[in-house]
Amino acid sequence: MEVTTAAGGAFAYLWLLIGFPLAGAAILLFGGKRTNRWGHYVGTLAVVASAAYAVILLLALMGRSPEERTVVQHIADWIFINKFSASIALQLDQLSMVFVLLITIVGSLIHVYSIGYMKDDPDRRRFFGFLNLFVAAMLLLVLADNYLLLYAGWEGVGLASFLLIGFWQHKNSAAAAAKKAFVMNRIGDVGMSLGIMLIFVTFGSVTFSTVFDQAGEASDTTMTWIGLLLLLAACGKSAQFPLQAWLLDAMEGPTPVSALIHAATMVTAGVYLIVRSGPIFDQTIVASTVVVIIGTITMFLGAFIGSAKDEIKKALAGSTMSQIGYMILAAGLGPVGYVFAIFHLLTHGVFKANLFLGAGSVMHGMKNRENMRRYGALRAAMIVTWLSFMAATFAIMGIPPFSGFWSKDDIIHAAFEHNIIIGICAILAAGFTGFYMTRMLVMTFFGKARWEDDQHPHESPPVMTIPLIILGIGSIFTGIGLLFWGNIETWLEPVTGFETRELAIPAIVLEGITLLVVLVGAAVAIAMYRRSVAVEAPKGNVLVRAARNSMYDDAINDTIAVRPTYWLSRSLVWADRSVIDGIVGGSAAFVGGLSGRMRRLQSGFARSYALAMLGGAILVVVVMLLVRLP
Amino acid sequence: MSGVLSASVVADTFTLPTIDYGALAPVLIVAAAAVIGVLVEAFAPRGARRPLQLVLVFGSLIAAFVAVVMHAGIRQLDGGGAVAIDGPGLVLQGAVLLISIVGAMLMAERMVDPAGDAFAARASTLPGSEDERQFSSRGFLQTEIWPLMLFAVTGMLLFPIANDLLLLFVALEVMSLPLYLLVGMARRRRLLSQEAALKYFILGSFSSAFFLFGSALLYGYSGSIKFGKIAEAIAGNPGQNMLILVGVGMVAVGLLFKIGAAPFHQWTPDVYQGAPTPVTAFMAAAVKVAAFGAILRVFYVIFGGLRWDWQPMLWVIAILTMLIGAIVAVTQTDVKRMLAYSSIAQAGFILLGVIAANPAGLRGAIFYLVAYAFTTLGTFAVVTLVRDSTGEATHLSKWAGLAKTSPLTATVFAIFLLSLAGIPLTSGFIGKFAVFTAAIEAGAMPLVIVALFASLIAAFVYGRVIVLMFFADPPADPPAVVVPSAFTTLAIAISVAVTVVLGIIPQPFLTLLEQAGVFIR
Repeated sequence: MEVTTAAGGAFAYLWLLIGFPLAGAAILLFGGKRTNRWGHYVGTLAVVASAAYAVILLLALMGRSPEERTVVQHIADWIFINKFSASIALQLDQLSMVFVLLITIVGSLIHVYSIGYMKDDPDRRRFFGFLNLFVAAMLLLVLADNYLLLYAGWEGVGLASFLLIGFWQHKNSAAAAAKKAFVMNRIGDVGMSLGIMLIFVTFGSVTFSTVFDQAGEASDTTMTWIGLLLLLAACGKSAQFPLQAWLLDAMEGPTPVSALIHAATMVTAGVYLIVRSGPIFDQTIVASTVVVIIGTITMFLGAFIGSAKDEIKKALAGSTMSQIGYMILAAGLGPVGYVFAIFHLLTHGVFKANLFLGAGSVMHGMKNRENMRRYGALRAAMIVTWLSFMAATFAIMGIPPFSGFWSKDDIIHAAFEHNIIIGICAILAAGFTGFYMTRMLVMTFFGKARWEDDQHPHESPPVMTIPLIILGIGSIFTGIGLLFWGNIETWLEPVTGFETRELAIPAIVLEGITLLVVLVGAAVAIAMYRRSVAVEAPKGNVLVRAARNSMYDDAINDTIAVRPTYWLSRSLVWADRSVIDGIVGGSAAFVGGLSGRMRRLQSGFARSYALAMLGGAILVVVVMLLVRLP
Repeated sequence: MSGVLSASVVADTFTLPTIDYGALAPVLIVAAAAVIGVLVEAFAPRGARRPLQLVLVFGSLIAAFVAVVMHAGIRQLDGGGAVAIDGPGLVLQGAVLLISIVGAMLMAERMVDPAGDAFAARASTLPGSEDERQFSSRGFLQTEIWPLMLFAVTGMLLFPIANDLLLLFVALEVMSLPLYLLVGMARRRRLLSQEAALKYFILGSFSSAFFLFGSALLYGYSGSIKFGKIAEAIAGNPGQNMLILVGVGMVAVGLLFKIGAAPFHQWTPDVYQGAPTPVTAFMAAAVKVAAFGAILRVFYVIFGGLRWDWQPMLWVIAILTMLIGAIVAVTQTDVKRMLAYSSIAQAGFILLGVIAANPAGLRGAIFYLVAYAFTTLGTFAVVTLVRDSTGEATHLSKWAGLAKTSPLTATVFAIFLLSLAGIPLTSGFIGKFAVFTAAIEAGAMPLVIVALFASLIAAFVYGRVIVLMFFADPPADPPAVVVPSAFTTLAIAISVAVTVVLGIIPQPFLTLLEQAGVFIR
């Protein structure tokens, strides 16, 4: 049985984790221009401080026995209305601990990198302020001990994401992308708020521990609805089908943002939500099956898109969708998969941040141009970027012993345990991963130089390459480290549960098949792109064109959501103008006319006022007496 | 004091009532300061009067407030039962004192009008005469306003704790008479001001007559003027007769006049418009708090057993008040008159708390009063700042586009208007919410629906001004927003702070009201 302990000792200052970046954001955003010169250092230092404290917390947590690793710190009573109560309380357990480490450590590296990347941007201070705000909100999201506080963090990261996607708001495309992300996330948030309400109605509480203790007592239907609503929320935040369209556009933001928010941390919040709500999903076979299906669909969708896009960041965004699809799939498998979802999330956080920062480094040297058809042969110009990008590519493809191998392999394994079709899907998607990542690698770093005439590629300054080197090393060793040194399975087990089932085929055979499929994908990519890449994209077949257009997601959204909405709003406007405005305008005219008439009673003569008073007195007395009559 | 009188009425042998002067300290401090203020006027040299008066006013008001705070735990009848010092009474006294402090700040302002303060240099000079010009140009100031104000505050402090009819009447007059004078002392548009004062005086006397007549009937019915005794008589004699019903009605008329409830409201726009704006601010806020305090006590304590009889009557009054205030405000073009009608509508909303006749209604009404009072102080304070060559630019057309020339002033005014409209995150919302829920609890759902309807109309009135300030183009000769001294600045800052803080974290004040409990007998 798990024991929840109050925060003491090293845990006494748990709130500082959030406090540091929040203070950083406050200083940078309210400090104004005077912080321009040193603001980015403050911002970076704030996150580094949180990371350092997170490491101390990890050591302290490891010093405890596994049953005592849930620490709750009550900070303040937030809302108390009749039965409804929500407190501002933080809960640190094994699950939130690994998230905190991912957010703060990868966050620190990205902050350092951004010092170089945003060097010439006049708004660098504001950028760091928003980044700090994001880190604070994300930490709140994973440290909250109840759904309502989680929701606050959830909206906080949404806000930060909105602000950062639209950071270069002078570009119309960036402003539009920010708006798109915002609106699509709102759809998910409707699910979130309804889900929380239903949880409260069902269990009378929104605190995790209370809800999960009673999870078995509610009816199946209720649990299914809660599960589906939470899944809708997760789809919005994690860019899962059918709410995936915003993520590709979100690449309009500065690259460090894409790395931190739209690859490593925020978009994985949906996975966190589902794993955290595991006890709810365990009760509902319907909802968890839907989770698996959504994950599988997105896994392929993202892989298709990633295979066809020519802009390096969009291709990476497709890959992110696909990888999160893996995680969602794993999370839908229940206790068999939770651990692996989180495991893959962690390794993905590292290698995907690595890939994005590498892409950023390439763009930095290529005048911010994204088109991979205009890259090629960059390995000589940027050796560090190339090597670290390679490490991350092998990691995501799942080549042993790079980190992705360990985590993805586990997911495929678990998928096979669950259902052979899902398992085969997972392997096929792995083949796609091999294809699109090799394609990216070859188009960017190998082959012939297809640069435009004004290009002079160069390696980025050390402030950017050092984080790349660290992440590159991380891409290699995170998997082994977490699995063998960190014992991720036993570490997470008290929170998420863990079980394994025997497979019909030996694990080593499965691993072999997977690797083979991946290598086939890679070989196809090498064959297609090694020799020559057309500078202009060829027309391609139907599938390629569909993928290049992000599977026509905008068109689909247009047809099923946007146009009906326009139509609805147009008819509403018509109804508003003719019916409502008629009533409102009419009543306004009525009130105005009445007002004008009644105003005339105000004659200015004291005698008529006195008469009115007398009338009033008679009225008062008459009413008093009338009441007594019957 | 009247306590002596009332005691002799009920007892055959005359016994001097014991008076706990400590418990009455807030009233006594302010009254003493007022008397000393008169002496200062008589004996101090001209130059020294204003500083001395300011020290007296602020010193006594703050000291009285400290005394109120120190009495927080007292629940007792005093002066032979003539005053009841209890939780709600003390909260109302504290509110009156804080409002008076802010009001005094506005009256002390000397920077906004180039000619001096808001008051006539010599109230006795004929408007437009050579004398008036002489006194004005020589920079005379009317420092008698300060003792007058303190006397009014004395009355207001007694009003919500008076526990017999005679003391209530005395408090009413002590409160009102100085106000009649203050209203007539505007430096600019003096004829309007004097006309307003005279109307206020005549109609006020008229209403006092009703009140006295009602008191006589109540005495005739119960043989006592003490609230507790009258309530006992009502309880002991379920079959009421004409005497008590007419008495209740008459007393109600006298009190409803003071809060400007319809159809006893007609003095309000004229007086609010004519009075010097700092005085308007002070009386719109403080008189309403004190008078509602008395109404609450009278209806809860004396007439509590008769509620089935007076509730329908108050329903009628409340509906009339809310609708007339809100509807007539729609066509007002003068900002002070508009605010006057708005204050009528607000009085109607507060009446819902009286009608509820339950502890929640009492708390809600007091919360609403305090919220409304500070917001009102703030609105009139802003009105004093927007000026053109003839003084305050009160015509609404002059306020168009104010946000473009002085965004801060327009924003502050917008905050007050939003609070008056009852928009969430302002004190006005919590106040409305509190009285409406109390009224629903008491089964007055139809009344609440009417109130919501009236709120809607009122919201249009306030919204229109906000739209005017923020989205209209400024007139050809835009008024200037003057920079006031620390007095008005601080007063506006306090009003904004109270409006916003009570809107966002109302709980501490609600808890205080809960601890204050209910009226004692």
